[in-house]
Amino acid sequence: MRWRAADLLRLGGFLAAGTLAAGCFTDRQNAGARLYAQHCAHCHGDEGQGLKRLIPPLAGADYVAENRNFLACLVRRGVNGPMVVNGITFNQVMPGHEDLTDSEITNLLNFVQSSWGNKGKPFTIREVSEKLQACAGSDGQ
Amino acid sequence: MINLLFTRARRAGILVGSGALLLLAACQSQPDTAADRLPYLGEREVVPRADGGPADTLYATIPRFTLTNQDSITITNDTFKNKVYVADFFFATCPSICPKMQSEMLRVYEKFKDDPRVLFLSHTIDPAHDSVAVLRDYAQRLGIQNASRWHFATAPHDTIFSLARAYYVPAEKDDKVAGGFAHSGAFTLVDSKRRVRGLYDGMNPDEVARLMEDLPVLLKEEAENASQAKL
Repeated sequence: MRWRAADLLRLGGFLAAGTLAAGCFTDRQNAGARLYAQHCAHCHGDEGQGLKRLIPPLAGADYVAENRNFLACLVRRGVNGPMVVNGITFNQVMPGHEDLTDSEITNLLNFVQSSWGNKGKPFTIREVSEKLQACAGSDGQ
Repeated sequence: MINLLFTRARRAGILVGSGALLLLAACQSQPDTAADRLPYLGEREVVPRADGGPADTLYATIPRFTLTNQDSITITNDTFKNKVYVADFFFATCPSICPKMQSEMLRVYEKFKDDPRVLFLSHTIDPAHDSVAVLRDYAQRLGIQNASRWHFATAPHDTIFSLARAYYVPAEKDDKVAGGFAHSGAFTLVDSKRRVRGLYDGMNPDEVARLMEDLPVLLKEEAENASQAKL
């Protein structure tokens, strides 16, 4: 079933794949959306649009697509200092999230990876826990 | 048919509801004003007139202030003379509610940016960090090129926090919350006589829509007062 969904994605049947994926991972999708609304939307916007040159977008963000290895630690530890997203230098403080489990970070990242036209490869919890070891941020849950 | 009935009932409900609102507004307004006026918030004082005429009602006003804006210009109450303005309290590194509330404020600004009678005033509650340069950068990143219409202002810590109280915005230093300051996302609407005429939750788009509906009501009142003063 998963393979079929992946094949469809490759074929560019985006809508069809979206429907199938929504069917397979309904709970996971909702959990990610809930976590996003709770922890991210105030700054990054309901549609991941960001805010002018103040807060970087997540929708269509090259940074998200190109920094897969850092995303989990970015959520866990936060960011401080300049960051270039889609050619614009942002310079804001993003707080870390010590309160999220590895699996919650996974759900959150997968929501971002698959929303607003983003088509990043989904993370597994195991992969997120591995990435989090780079910032000593895995809670193993 | 059922749908129609429902619509009618709803419409009647809205009429009754707005009637009640108008009545309420009438209670809170000066006796000589029309009912489509915004209320006055805060304490009021009734002062007997020396000549025995009808007593004057004095409403709470924003105290005198001196702030510095993002263009390094000193601003005072006189900067807002003959204007109405919307005030809020934020800080540049605020990781929680500020981006949301400033994006809502931006919505109000966009709607009224061609009306020079409406100004905006955002106070930083973290003056230690938010220098004039930081405020200017913040404003420009938000798309506000200069302070002609929207001031991002700073002042000594105590000045800001006592002003916040005058605008009915709870704000305090709190190391337990992200960013180090607890504050509400309230927007305060102030008339040309420094009286508070509305409070809105800047985190709630419906409340911000109410502000955008109230602003023309206040502007109409201001225009009427101005033309009366000319007579």
